Amino acid sequence: MKWEVVIGLEVHTQLNTVSKIFSGSSTAFGAAPNTQASAVELALPGVLPVMNKAAVDKAIRLGLALGSTINKKNVFARKNYFYPDLPKGYQISQMDLPIVEHGSLTIQVGDAEKVVNLTRAHLEEDAGKSIHEGLEGLSGVTGIDLNRAGTPLLEIVSEPEMRSAEEAVAYAKALHTLVTWLGICDGNMQEGSFRVDANVSVRPLGQAEFGTRCEIKNLNSFRFLEAAINYEVHRQIELIEDGGRVVQETRLYDPDKGETRSMRSKEDAHDYRYFPDPDLLPIVIAQAQIDAVREQMPELPGQMKARFVDSFGVSAYDASLLTSSLALAQYFEAVATATGQGKLAANWINGELAASLNRDGLDIAQSPVSAERLAGLVTRVADNTLSNKLAKQVFEAMWGSELSADAIIERDGLKQVSDVGAIEKMVEEAIAANPKAVEEFRAGKEKALNALAGQVMKASKGKANPAQVQEILKQKLGAA
Amino acid sequence: MSLTHQDVARIARLARIAVTDEEIAATGAQLNNIFGLIEKMQAVNTDGIEPMAHPQDVSLRLRDDVVTETDRREAFQAVAPQVAAGLFLVPKVIE
Amino acid sequence: MINATLKELSAALAAKSVSSVELAGQYLDRIAALNPALNAFITVDAGKTLAEAAAADAARAAGQAGLLTGVPLAVKDIFCQQGWKTSCGSKMLDNFIAPYDAHVIERVRAAGLVTIGRTNMDEFAMGSANENSYYGAVKNPWDLAAIPGGSSGGSAAAVAARLAPAALGTDTGGSIRQPASHCGITGIKPTYGVVSRYGMVAFASSLDQGGPMAQTAEDCALLLNTMAGFDGRDSTSLERPTEDYTRELNNSLAGLKVGLPKEYFAAGLSADVARVVDAAVAELKKLGAEVVEVSLPNTELSIPAYYVIAPAEASSNLSRYDGVRYGHRAAQYKDLADMYEKSRAEGFGSEVKRRILVGTYVLSHGYYDAYYLKAQKVRRLIADDFKRAFEQCDVILGPVAPTAAFNIGEKSNDPVEMYLSDIYTLSVNLAGLPGMSVPAGFAANGRPIGLQIIGNYFSEAKMLNVAHQFQQVTDWHRQAPAL
Repeated sequence: MKWEVVIGLEVHTQLNTVSKIFSGSSTAFGAAPNTQASAVELALPGVLPVMNKAAVDKAIRLGLALGSTINKKNVFARKNYFYPDLPKGYQISQMDLPIVEHGSLTIQVGDAEKVVNLTRAHLEEDAGKSIHEGLEGLSGVTGIDLNRAGTPLLEIVSEPEMRSAEEAVAYAKALHTLVTWLGICDGNMQEGSFRVDANVSVRPLGQAEFGTRCEIKNLNSFRFLEAAINYEVHRQIELIEDGGRVVQETRLYDPDKGETRSMRSKEDAHDYRYFPDPDLLPIVIAQAQIDAVREQMPELPGQMKARFVDSFGVSAYDASLLTSSLALAQYFEAVATATGQGKLAANWINGELAASLNRDGLDIAQSPVSAERLAGLVTRVADNTLSNKLAKQVFEAMWGSELSADAIIERDGLKQVSDVGAIEKMVEEAIAANPKAVEEFRAGKEKALNALAGQVMKASKGKANPAQVQEILKQKLGAA
Repeated sequence: MSLTHQDVARIARLARIAVTDEEIAATGAQLNNIFGLIEKMQAVNTDGIEPMAHPQDVSLRLRDDVVTETDRREAFQAVAPQVAAGLFLVPKVIE
Repeated sequence: MINATLKELSAALAAKSVSSVELAGQYLDRIAALNPALNAFITVDAGKTLAEAAAADAARAAGQAGLLTGVPLAVKDIFCQQGWKTSCGSKMLDNFIAPYDAHVIERVRAAGLVTIGRTNMDEFAMGSANENSYYGAVKNPWDLAAIPGGSSGGSAAAVAARLAPAALGTDTGGSIRQPASHCGITGIKPTYGVVSRYGMVAFASSLDQGGPMAQTAEDCALLLNTMAGFDGRDSTSLERPTEDYTRELNNSLAGLKVGLPKEYFAAGLSADVARVVDAAVAELKKLGAEVVEVSLPNTELSIPAYYVIAPAEASSNLSRYDGVRYGHRAAQYKDLADMYEKSRAEGFGSEVKRRILVGTYVLSHGYYDAYYLKAQKVRRLIADDFKRAFEQCDVILGPVAPTAAFNIGEKSNDPVEMYLSDIYTLSVNLAGLPGMSVPAGFAANGRPIGLQIIGNYFSEAKMLNVAHQFQQVTDWHRQAPAL
């Protein structure tokens, strides 16, 4: 039987506010346990939540970027369940009236674009952390650190519209790009700032109803997301084909084993007893607040991508790579504008620069070669001062130094030789030294010309302008 | 309506309150009396009535995003049942 | 001195005829003598009290005394007060020393009031008889066989027995007004949002409101001036201009329109209470008030609506008591779930558990619309009743409770019977209106009976005016039990 995979993602993005969603505690990562847990996070008797305006503005920002509806009246509800890292015994979240509904995100899957619709995005508070391992001298206990508790989250829920792990990853990456681009989330997946849960089900191709889904948690990298979905799809298909039935449950991805397994702590059939939080009144958003957020919005990735194609003549594919982060897009725009060489700049950034950053595990913001210095190099390629080969040599030298392209060219004498007289002399020497090749060329063997050109390049230590060498060679051989 | 033994056991479990069978029997009878009182509300027609969640019809005040709290771990953990290395301790949680 | 009002004590302290330390000592002595029989206090700490009193005297000597500096105050054990055990009447919090001050505590501390002790109460403020305290029942100073009312029963008994000149209370469904009525003192529950809930241990968040309890309306006004005010840490605290609640005390009542809801004088009201309320209304007429009949047709529905909404909110508010970060933890448990279930089963008393179970049930899957949502709609009907009634009158008068205080143990095995006695107080909380109880007479058996005054939103000054004028021509509020 042919199976169709159905995936919807729930992404918990930590909003990068300096203080928590309902208190003035710091949200900074990495503090000593429970030193950033105030009376509110500890849920001491009598404490009350007070909402952070920045979290509302950041949610509006995402909503505007996705073309969503911003619900001008939205309401906090309590989601009641007991867990030691949830101090109040309920999570303040949004249920019936979330701040953001609908909207869509366009993703690039290979050469094709696909539009994924959003269900909603709602504000809620993060839980604390349960520490099960590495508690020195203690066994049989779990430690609770509430520093993370109360960090503002925007949970972004997609429609179940993805049909492969590849699409799910493309969606997650596009969303990751967007939230960091908008400056509402630092995107740090290792620190848990961007956490993905995947709802996965399978159904016979052509069947209208969805199959029973499983929710997979603990997907803290795009690689794990892909691996977990593929594992889960395989597991479900095998289960059904063996006559079994998928049970709706929450599963945990184990990256060491590459498997998903049922979560024991979630075995209880949940009855969250949602009701509007009486400690918080409805959030009412004025049009002026939305307008103020809109005014601060940066150009969006999609808009910038289209502009790069139109203004700089780069391909759609290159443009989508260049707009994978705001920093990269700004880098490109700086190089392209300084040199007037959009396509060449794109080739260098997506090629040599990307490869070098990747090799050294660096981010574009940490690039040893600034946009200004790369523009200097691109200019020398454009004006034929450097051959591609020499340019790569110069680029490597720039990677390990602070010098400009021109300074390296000067220092290492790498300037391309374009002086006709000098090239003619080398060509004549090559012709004289290789009578056999000359013979072959004249007998109609075109390839022999390349061997002669190679000799000239070798004699010039690679600095001769290759196009000029070809031209002069043909001239001399034709004239002879 | 009437709450069964199973209903009482289920809500006690949801509320994380240990109950013995005898307690369930006694509590169940009292809860059924209370629900007898509550059921009187069902007779009234509330079609089209907007639910009232708050006494005052006002919207939420939003605070500025500034850090105002300082570390008070020592004072807060002075009243905690079990702590070590700054962590609150509970019996091992299996995920 | 022990029968003095706040106003009189304030004058005596200002005249230096008594020091705050001396005054605190007198009340502490009286507490030591009478509290064993009354059980009005959970915590008395003479060292702390005298230190506060000494600080008040020092402030006075430095010329920094305010109107209430150095005046003793009893605090309901529901307000978090740094350094004091804040048990809320529960075993769950028997070991909880609050690490911070409630907003109300900050305000009374700033005003220089001296904490005379922490008063007994129904556990987590759930009760109408003060029999649900982990620390035992409170006795009514007028008759030790009688309940003092609840949940602020300790505060009411303390003021009635002159163990304190005034006290802080809270009112979720009548918990200031009903014990004030049963103990023959004056108490006011302000409009929801006037007094910050920050630091007040939550029972039902959309209903809870703190307020003053004292001998006179004037004292309540003075104390409310201290307690009320905007607090950014409570999202339901209202931003309003500061009010002086004493400003209308001396206004004439001529032309005042007094509404009598016919539903408050129907079957179920005892003859004693009916007689006392009628007499009080007659007294107000003499002062120039005009009486109009009004109707609050949904009054009876306040019981089911309240006993859905309050337990639902409570079931969630009390989930934080899990034995993880503070509070009671069972000694023996086999795993986390067992620890939760045992700690909560041991830490909570039976009424609290009952309400948690009711609340859990009405919010659970499949029942929300039939109970919680329905109750919120009924709540709107009840609030609308008052809206219409206040188009015809300035204040509403009626009974606080159907009878004078009943006997300890009389209704403790029948929750429904107990809930029905809250009929006249619940709707005020559901609507978020201010309500007060003023001493108005005695039952045939000698137990006090209060008159309830219900005002429109933010009409506390008007209500206090009515009560104060009533107290100018009556002396029910100056009578004290023989102890």
